Amino acid sequence: MRVFLRLLGFMRPYWWRVLLGVLLGVATVASNVGLLATAAYVISAAAVVPFLAMLTVPVYLVRLLSVSRAVSRYAERLVSHDVTFRLLAELRTRFFIRLAPLAPARLLKYRSGDLLVRVVKDVEELQNVYLYSFSPVAVALSVCALATLVLFTFDPAIAFVALGFLTATGVGVPVLVRALSKGLGRRQLRLRAELDARIVDDVQGVQDILAFGREGGEQHEISTINTRLGLVQRRMALVTGLQNALSDLMMNLAMVAVLIVAIPLVAAGEMDGVFLAFIALVVLGSFEAVAPLGAAFQVLGRSVGAGERLFEISDSEPQVTDLPEPLSLPQDGTLALDRVSFRYDEDGSPALRDVSFVLRPGSRVAVVGPSGSGKSTLAGLILRFWDPDSGEVRLGGWDVRCYAQGDLRAMIGVVSQDTHVFNDTVRNNLLLADPEADDASLYRAIGEAHLTGLVEGLPGGLDGYVGEQGQRLSGGERQRLAVARALLKDAPVLVLDEATANLDTVTERELLGTIRELMRGRTTLQITHRLVEMETMDEILVLDEGQVVERGTHEELVRKDGQYRRMLAVQDGMLATA
Amino acid sequence: MRLYLGATVLIGLLVAVVTVAQMAFLSKIVDRVFLKAGGGEQAVTLLLMLAGTAVLRAGLLWVRETTAQQGAVRVKNDLRERLFAHVLRLGPAYANSERPGELTTTLTEGVERLDPYFARYLPQVLLSAVVPLLVVAYILPRDAASAVLLVVTAPVIPVMMVLVGSYAEEHTRRQWLALSRMGAHFLGALQGLPTLKAFGRVAAEEEKVERVSGEFRERTLKVLRYAFLSGLVLEFMTAAAIALVAVVLGVRLINGAISFQDAFLVLLLTPEFYRPLRDLGIHRHAGMEGKASAERIFEILDTPVPPDGTVQENLSGELELSFSGVRFTYPGRDLPALDELSLTLPAGSRTALVGRSGSGKSTLVGLLLRFLDPDAGVISANGVPSGDLPAVAWREHVALVPQRPHLFYGNVLENIRLAKPDATRSEVERAAELAGAAEFIRRMPHGYDTQIGERGLRLSGGEAQRLAIARAFLKDAALLIMDEPTSSLDPESERLVRDALDRLTRDRTSLIVAHRLNTVSTADRIVVLHEGQVAETGTHAGLLERKGHYSLLADAYEDVPV
Ligand SMILES: Nc1ncnc2c1ncn2[C@@H]1O[C@H](COP(=O)(O)OP(=O)(O)OP(=O)(O)O)[C@@H](O)[C@H]1O
Ligand SMILES: Nc1ncnc2c1ncn2[C@@H]1O[C@H](COP(=O)(O)OP(=O)(O)OP(=O)(O)O)[C@@H](O)[C@H]1O
Ligand SMILES: [Mg+2]
Ligand SMILES: [Mg+2]
Repeated sequence: MRVFLRLLGFMRPYWWRVLLGVLLGVATVASNVGLLATAAYVISAAAVVPFLAMLTVPVYLVRLLSVSRAVSRYAERLVSHDVTFRLLAELRTRFFIRLAPLAPARLLKYRSGDLLVRVVKDVEELQNVYLYSFSPVAVALSVCALATLVLFTFDPAIAFVALGFLTATGVGVPVLVRALSKGLGRRQLRLRAELDARIVDDVQGVQDILAFGREGGEQHEISTINTRLGLVQRRMALVTGLQNALSDLMMNLAMVAVLIVAIPLVAAGEMDGVFLAFIALVVLGSFEAVAPLGAAFQVLGRSVGAGERLFEISDSEPQVTDLPEPLSLPQDGTLALDRVSFRYDEDGSPALRDVSFVLRPGSRVAVVGPSGSGKSTLAGLILRFWDPDSGEVRLGGWDVRCYAQGDLRAMIGVVSQDTHVFNDTVRNNLLLADPEADDASLYRAIGEAHLTGLVEGLPGGLDGYVGEQGQRLSGGERQRLAVARALLKDAPVLVLDEATANLDTVTERELLGTIRELMRGRTTLQITHRLVEMETMDEILVLDEGQVVERGTHEELVRKDGQYRRMLAVQDGMLATA
Repeated sequence: MRLYLGATVLIGLLVAVVTVAQMAFLSKIVDRVFLKAGGGEQAVTLLLMLAGTAVLRAGLLWVRETTAQQGAVRVKNDLRERLFAHVLRLGPAYANSERPGELTTTLTEGVERLDPYFARYLPQVLLSAVVPLLVVAYILPRDAASAVLLVVTAPVIPVMMVLVGSYAEEHTRRQWLALSRMGAHFLGALQGLPTLKAFGRVAAEEEKVERVSGEFRERTLKVLRYAFLSGLVLEFMTAAAIALVAVVLGVRLINGAISFQDAFLVLLLTPEFYRPLRDLGIHRHAGMEGKASAERIFEILDTPVPPDGTVQENLSGELELSFSGVRFTYPGRDLPALDELSLTLPAGSRTALVGRSGSGKSTLVGLLLRFLDPDAGVISANGVPSGDLPAVAWREHVALVPQRPHLFYGNVLENIRLAKPDATRSEVERAAELAGAAEFIRRMPHGYDTQIGERGLRLSGGEAQRLAIARAFLKDAALLIMDEPTSSLDPESERLVRDALDRLTRDRTSLIVAHRLNTVSTADRIVVLHEGQVAETGTHAGLLERKGHYSLLADAYEDVPV
């Protein structure tokens, strides 16, 4: 219920449109009731009056109502749908805006297909709240009141009987339907999200599925979800059918009941028989207002469930937040980690323990160490994708939490280990780093990343498409595209996380050389397990199980006979044993 | 489906008959009470009959809805499964050229949109052809003039619908495109969020999201406006006809040309005459939506799958693999990625494939796995062209570590078991041990049951890579293919993997792609690829002596001043 009210709250800025929609809705139903009933009156009266001229007023009324029925319905739909879809588009954007600060820390537990369902379909689902719950209830209430009033002028008993049936249909049926479909809507949402998530995962991993001959297994999984979804839908249909049938039954029974009350009145001469048909049709017609309520309440559970799924995300607190009044960036671009400790999960082991080091402007620092020792975590903390559990990351002497995230990240060019290449052109992938860059600077960055050959060979050149996740490029080309992007950003600090892992030695060497030239006078943090060009580093940090176990220059570390030297020996030794 | 459709239509007809009966009873009752001042006995029976028809009608409505849904659910499930199977069959080459967000939207929402098409629109098309005739047939003997009036006005509705519809159809198609584009866009944005943040592009992305969803809103409203417009016409026709019929009937009643009972009945039946047409108009909108997504669904289903082999050759024991004159060009590229490539991997041998980035190594792997089909030349195993075997059967002989392995949402165990779903726990643990993954898995919070997140996002790069290696080791196939299996590993982990490889590849054919020459140096043979062609082959020592491409790669770091 709270969720429902919260969802309704979004309508507030549009209240006058909503009100207009309700008024038009009432006009629609009222016109129809009036049309049918007056038409019935016209022929009833025609059976007893000698001249048609005596019926001029009702005849005109019939014509007027026939026009107003069609027009008000058209207008009602335009107004209500316009408001609803405006709201949905707004909610979607708003949801995305709330989602962005959560990435990546808070979103890792969701599957991207599931998030996709939330942004697209769950938002779409909310239209039921706006289109089929609030204003139909308002319309039903008004129409019931009007109908009762009209019937009351003939006879109170008739009015009460009709009201009874209308209430039973407008309240009883929805309540029954809600009870019968309880949980179904939510189940449907869950299954739908699971289906989407699974399909996204399978489509993106189709290569691995085929390579391991798991087509059958995956098809079976999809088929299982499908079957379960079908079951829910069939149950829903059972309820929908029942609800349609009940509303229809109540409508007809209401008419019968009203006739039972009215016939003795006519027989006793207490009521003019000429109005009998009129009354019957007023009753029939007013059910148009209450009949949709059952359907609305049947899907309401689903819509509220969708709302919950949206709020679940939009109410999460980001792991990383900005201060209300962040500092502006300092002149001094020294990055320092001071006794930083961090763990991803409460129950997991720490990824970093008491790590301290300083990155002075113009210096080149390498971080090496075994896989899983926390190197990429370090990059994540510097970029403030996460905040440390204890200790501080500092920029210019201040904790990075004092700056706006955007300002901080603007200082850092990054090639992350799992760089995302967008399914777009080479140009648009590069423009991410600098939307204003002209062709000349794009080509320069491409040249610096040693990608010129590729772009020349690509149909469309800069405007050639790189495919989903850059899959239309070779592994090394994709990586160099990421490097070109980081270089184009031209930031004072460059963080390279295994940026040359997929390159052949010649290209790697050339690329590292170029980067060294370009970053002269600026700061580079190079994360790598390739112990090459280490001689050119100002400092090398050796990380193991989240701790800095050694630090120094290449020469110092080689002399020291520690982990670094062992790594080097293993790397060279492999060649030597050949 | 036919069956359900037929049943739905039949029940729809019954509903119409019952409705006519009901109206007949109603008009009779009113007539008796109003004019004949009757009541009493006859009115009671009539009221009972009226109530009876009401109950019958309600029951029929219920059955109709369930039957229609039953049929629609079947069609949808069947189509979705066929689509999914087809997308799998089309393989990575297709999946990479499409957008997964769009494919997913089609497979889920696109199929879902067929629901109203099958459950409502199709039956309604048939009903709207029959029911009005039925009603008119009933009216005709009672009041020919009104019947003629109805018959004359009725065709206006379908004509209007066709006129409005042809515009709306185009817009519905665009609306579907906007929806699937939105799906594609959001999935890309969601998965790329960290990158967008790192480049400070979130605000720009928010604007884009606003634009994309704004566009969807506009497209939707445009379609709806057409739907409402045709609704307006239908509504107006119905209302105007009622008004007209009422007046005509009034005149004739005064002239005594018709009895009140008949006149009232005709008035009651007039809306029933138009109702099926009006419903058709309402469902037509949903029907068009279904049609728009069906177009896309059938486009996917009609994408031809390259012919699969059918030879049931039993490849057993060690495999000798040979490429002869293999050429492959990616669609849209001018230069071939592989050109006249000939190469033999002797049974049980260990071959390393090296070469500059972009020289065609992964393409060769893709061809081997039959993810791609060569434009010319053949790849054969023990003399049997691999293309003659069913792809599934062929891939059973191959274990692969792709350059970019995909880890699925789930835990460690499930991910390794992908290679062999019935593997025992100890087999999995052994494979993990060999891949140098056992230790970090043990250290994870829940060991083998730890959730690794979609695409292995909760693992470090090297950890993910070792899971993929463990997977290939678990498969234990005759042919082992690894595309840069150690690119994200530190020297120590790399050495572990290499030692395992030494043991595992003793009696099987293997092909290892690598940039790290220390990984390849122990291979029986090294093949150097250059611009899609085999430039050199030989052993590490032999190739170094040749001073060709290989020695360039090997010496890249030799002259660095230490
Ligand atoms: N999102 C996450 N959630 C939970 N644990 C994580 C997450 N990301 C990484 N880890 C764990 O934290 C540890 C450090 O990971 P990190 O990615 O920093 O390693 P790394 O040094 O970069 O390794 P590699 O060389 O393999 O890339 C690993 O044990 C890893 O399993
Ligand atoms: N799906 C694709 N569509 C179009 N072109 C492609 C596709 N995949 C690869 N290419 C192109 O084909 C060429 C060979 O690519 P391939 O992936 O085989 O190289 P590679 O030798 O594996 O390189 P790397 O060492 O960088 O992984 C490259 O120029 C690449 O741009
Ligand atoms: Mg890492
Ligand atoms: Mg490759």
